[in-house]
Amino acid sequence: MKKHKLVSYAKWGYIFIAPFFIVYIIFQLIPLLSTFYYSFFENYRSGLNVVGPNFVGFENYVTLFTPDKNGSIDIFTYFINTIIMWLMGAVPQLFFSLLLAVIFTSERLRIKGQSFFKTVIYMPNLIMAAAFAMLFFMLFSKVGPFNQFIISSGGETFDFFANKWTTRGIIAMINFLMWFGNTTILLMAGIMGIDQSLFEAASIDGATSWQVFYKITIPLLKPIMVYVAITSLIGGLQMFDVPQVIGTYLGSPNRSTMTMIMYLNNYLGTSKNYGMAGALSVVIFIITGILSVIVYRTMATDSGKKPKKAKKGV
Amino acid sequence: MAIKEQTIRSNENAKGKLTAARVAAYIFLILVTLLALFPLILLILNSTHSNSSLQAGFDPMPGGHFLINFKTAWNDTALFTLPRSMLNSFIIAASSCILTSYFSAMTAYGIHVYDFKLKKFAFNFIMVIMTIPTQVAAVGFVQLVGKLHMTNTYWPLIIPAIAAPSVFFYMKQYIESSLPMEVIEAARVDGSGEFMTFNTIALPMLKPAIAVQMIFAFVSSWNNFFTPALVLSKSEMWTLPIVNATLRQKIQSQNCDIGEVYMMILLSIIPVVIVYIALSKHIVKGVALGAVKG
Repeated sequence: MKKHKLVSYAKWGYIFIAPFFIVYIIFQLIPLLSTFYYSFFENYRSGLNVVGPNFVGFENYVTLFTPDKNGSIDIFTYFINTIIMWLMGAVPQLFFSLLLAVIFTSERLRIKGQSFFKTVIYMPNLIMAAAFAMLFFMLFSKVGPFNQFIISSGGETFDFFANKWTTRGIIAMINFLMWFGNTTILLMAGIMGIDQSLFEAASIDGATSWQVFYKITIPLLKPIMVYVAITSLIGGLQMFDVPQVIGTYLGSPNRSTMTMIMYLNNYLGTSKNYGMAGALSVVIFIITGILSVIVYRTMATDSGKKPKKAKKGV
Repeated sequence: MAIKEQTIRSNENAKGKLTAARVAAYIFLILVTLLALFPLILLILNSTHSNSSLQAGFDPMPGGHFLINFKTAWNDTALFTLPRSMLNSFIIAASSCILTSYFSAMTAYGIHVYDFKLKKFAFNFIMVIMTIPTQVAAVGFVQLVGKLHMTNTYWPLIIPAIAAPSVFFYMKQYIESSLPMEVIEAARVDGSGEFMTFNTIALPMLKPAIAVQMIFAFVSSWNNFFTPALVLSKSEMWTLPIVNATLRQKIQSQNCDIGEVYMMILLSIIPVVIVYIALSKHIVKGVALGAVKG
């Protein structure tokens, strides 16, 4: 389209994109590459002395995957912690959001006040995760309202944060509360993108709501469900704020709430072990990279229709 | 005849079932609403009670201690000063949200409107970097910030906002659907310079997208914990998420005023809640529009 006219403006293209790329290169790309570079060096603070940087090859990676004296490998423990807490929040969230999305989009139910409900359920997503975590820490503490309720109904004080499953459960619950509104809205956009005539045809043929849901909605929603699940997993692997506040940097109780990023933060903050932190960053980068490729694949099979579809909805 | 009767009966039956389903759906939705609101309600409620009343037991009615708690929280200088932290958070979030939305729109405009050799490469590059978590570059970032002598300043938290891949992507989608090339060509015919066209003609047309992205950028910067915690060690530079993490230690100490702590949490989140209530319509729409945004 009118190429001769556009070509003469080419330099403006570079000028317009220059700030983005300059800032990206300085503040993201160079740090990323130097992180990779540092992963091959021994460099940490020991008391007041700084050790290194000395080139050590893959030694940091080897250390990262070497069992400690108890025979457990920290990175695996923390990876499993992260995945467990993600699953505890994300699995119920996906079912719950799907149910909500189906209710909201149902032609038969015709729910009124939709924008009110959507506004309310999305709100927790914007609340500061650190503040949310702090609030729940107080609500479930030994002198908090939940324990006061237990005592007033004849029970004994229960220390929620001394037990690893209740602590993990509370962290998962915060993540659930923060994200189910967001997931619901994404799934709704997906459902509204489904050709309405399919639902009409099904109801003329006398299909029950359950059959419509199971035979039409679910199969056609599969790509967006995969997208939602994997982006949620990528977000889950970056879980930091909530467990850091609730379990502190120790991942209390007994390191059971220590996530991958908390592990990274400990190397960065307390021991300033840039070599180990670098190696750990590379591992997280690779895991996220693989998951991202899967996201792009599912988006590609969706034939790039998603943004258009989404625009129609809500 | 028989068939007709049967359809009428089944219609009535279906109607009854539908009403029941509708009632059940509304009850469910009301429960969900309460679930989403209950943390905020408990927080507001508890922030109106004194320490002794909170220690004594949960009171479902609001107390009269709101202003006293506010004053205590506002004037407490033991570990940090809350008003200063709020100001830090505000300066960083406001600056980042302006930079993010302006420069993302500018980058998206540059790639959409102009034809140049590296256009496709630039676009694909941004798409690839979009999902890289910022945390994995933290080692290099902390060292860079140290070398630039930017530790304990606002700069390392503001300047990087210029390069926001996911906001760029959103703007690109929006420009494609709502900025016709004819408008830009007409401006050129009228003798408008390229920057002038972008600032005075394109930007006003992108207002809805910019508004949505400004809100999101403000909120995510306001709530950001990881990066500020790495570069801000002095307590007078702390932002609110760092303050909240510090509260975790504060309440472990003896004779800590719990009412004050609830108030501090409330003050950390209330600005965002107010903005949200005022602009929720655009925000909820924006979520669906940017379905690709992680």
